[in-house]
Amino acid sequence: MAEWYDNLHPVWQALIRVLLFVGPLLTMVPALIWFERRVLGWFQDRIGPNRVGNITFQKKDKWVPEFLRGKKIRLFGLIQPIADGIKLFLKEDITPSSVDKVIYFLAPALALFPAFALGATLPWGPFKGLTPVADVNIGVLWIMAISSLGVYGVVLSGYASNNKYSLLGGLRSSAQLISYELGMGVSLACIALSTGSLKLTDMVTAQEGPLWGVVPAVSNWNILTPHGAIAAVVFAICMVAETNRAPFDLPEAENELVAGYHTEYSSMKFAVFFMGEYAAMAVYGGIFATVFLGGWHMPIPVRWDYIAESQPMLSGVVSYFQWADFWMAPAWFLLKVWIIIFGFVWLRATMPRLRYDQLMSLGWKTLLPIATVNLIVVATWLLLQEVAGPGPALALSVCTFAALWIIFRAVTRLEPAKENFLPNREISMVEVKPAEKPEAPEAAVA
Amino acid sequence: MLNLFAAVAAPKMAGFAITGELLFFAALAGLAMLSAVGVVAFNNAVRSALCLVLNFFVLAGIYFTLNAEMMGITQVVVYTGAIMVLFLFVIMLLNLSAPALLQDKNDPKTAVGMTLGMVMFTLVALQVLPGLMSKTEPGAVDGYGSPVNVGRALFTGFVIPFEAVSILLLIGIVGSILLAKRRF
Repeated sequence: MAEWYDNLHPVWQALIRVLLFVGPLLTMVPALIWFERRVLGWFQDRIGPNRVGNITFQKKDKWVPEFLRGKKIRLFGLIQPIADGIKLFLKEDITPSSVDKVIYFLAPALALFPAFALGATLPWGPFKGLTPVADVNIGVLWIMAISSLGVYGVVLSGYASNNKYSLLGGLRSSAQLISYELGMGVSLACIALSTGSLKLTDMVTAQEGPLWGVVPAVSNWNILTPHGAIAAVVFAICMVAETNRAPFDLPEAENELVAGYHTEYSSMKFAVFFMGEYAAMAVYGGIFATVFLGGWHMPIPVRWDYIAESQPMLSGVVSYFQWADFWMAPAWFLLKVWIIIFGFVWLRATMPRLRYDQLMSLGWKTLLPIATVNLIVVATWLLLQEVAGPGPALALSVCTFAALWIIFRAVTRLEPAKENFLPNREISMVEVKPAEKPEAPEAAVA
Repeated sequence: MLNLFAAVAAPKMAGFAITGELLFFAALAGLAMLSAVGVVAFNNAVRSALCLVLNFFVLAGIYFTLNAEMMGITQVVVYTGAIMVLFLFVIMLLNLSAPALLQDKNDPKTAVGMTLGMVMFTLVALQVLPGLMSKTEPGAVDGYGSPVNVGRALFTGFVIPFEAVSILLLIGIVGSILLAKRRF
């Protein structure tokens, strides 16, 4: 790190670190909104916003320079989110008369806070001192703690709006966030166990090792290991639920709850909720990339150092890759984040919204048991590795997994056959014969 | 006794310098005190609960400044993130509002309560403060409360209490499932 930076007062250094994180994040939010709308348009076979920012110069205007006449500058609608932002700024800011004013004003701020605070332990590059904002030894716990604060914005806005739909949205959201935090926490715990540290920077370093400790040319991304893959799936689902995105957008289900917790919010207050959601999406994408996809490394899991050593004749080419791996780290990190965001949008475009009971049973009966079994298997594996060495450990942990699976199946078999729907939703698809029809009310009166 | 009182009333200010850390601590501590007062002062249950949230959060901040990150983050995870959310949940479901009609202007309970509170505070302060007065250590040693140390302590020295508590929690979970899964 440059000397002038090291000589700065720690407070200034911290401020620079914060700006280097929050600045790009704030810039990403409008781009993210544009990206989502265009990708959604593509998925739904329509065009999406592609006009704002296009400039077409007239062919016969004396004020237009010669070389521009008849030319068109295309920006693919990139200015659309800014236009939307201006629109939201200029809209009337309505405060309904019977809201709880203090909490009503506080709620959007509380919704925005966790989205930005979440990334405080997130390293976006190999540059010590510039990132992460705070390299504390509780990185993963920090993520858990701050993401659990996300409930407040939604619950309080629902309560303060003094609107029954908002309140329902807020209550749903708190139940949803609390349920999915568990699966998320346990799946992160698996990775913390196998890494042996809670620091996110240590997790990135651990993923630089050889794959499964066996394949030296491929780096050990957590998503490529068996336990990491399961944890990644669980984490991804919980991540979507935590950001209140479709198909888990029950708190703002518009066909049931108008607009859920932000029904009564207009103008900039609504925009702040919106911003919080999109910033959270980006930060969760960063967390996923850091924990499971090798962090800021190149998006191909190859260990360049090993290749340079084992194939000396390739070292010239490999040195370029090593250079790119180090100096283009923020670009790789961003690329991974955008891939994950594409996944978010993909889910939104293809999955219908879950029903409330489906949401709860997915969280508690599927994700949490899977994550817990995964945790037990990882712990067994680590213990056996210390006792018996890597080979038998792998075999025995597979056996553990099989045993747990059999127990799980046996326990679920013991239960009586479940009804997959609520009884009062039951509709008889077979027509009832006239003879079996219940007596008409008139007959009873007569 | 007189000595103790003198120690409380006139602390030795010679060792203190007004540093950024001290100011930061003062800000956090002041916020914690204000929010603690707010918990009991507000009539509205939701406001009180929010003050308690703020109080817990600021306390976590104080732990952070003392190098006890694990402690601080546990505070946020357990109290701010989980328990207070349930509090708010319950308050909202019960729709508790300010009991306007039941407010008595000249309630002797207020005066008695405040007096007793002050007495309690003085008693506790007399016990606690003299011991803290001479301490100028700004924080714990680096890595004092790190997850590694906490985990090691839990699974060596405190393994029996730890397991006992986990069994207690398990009983709680099983009990709540039994209560919730009553067959109709």
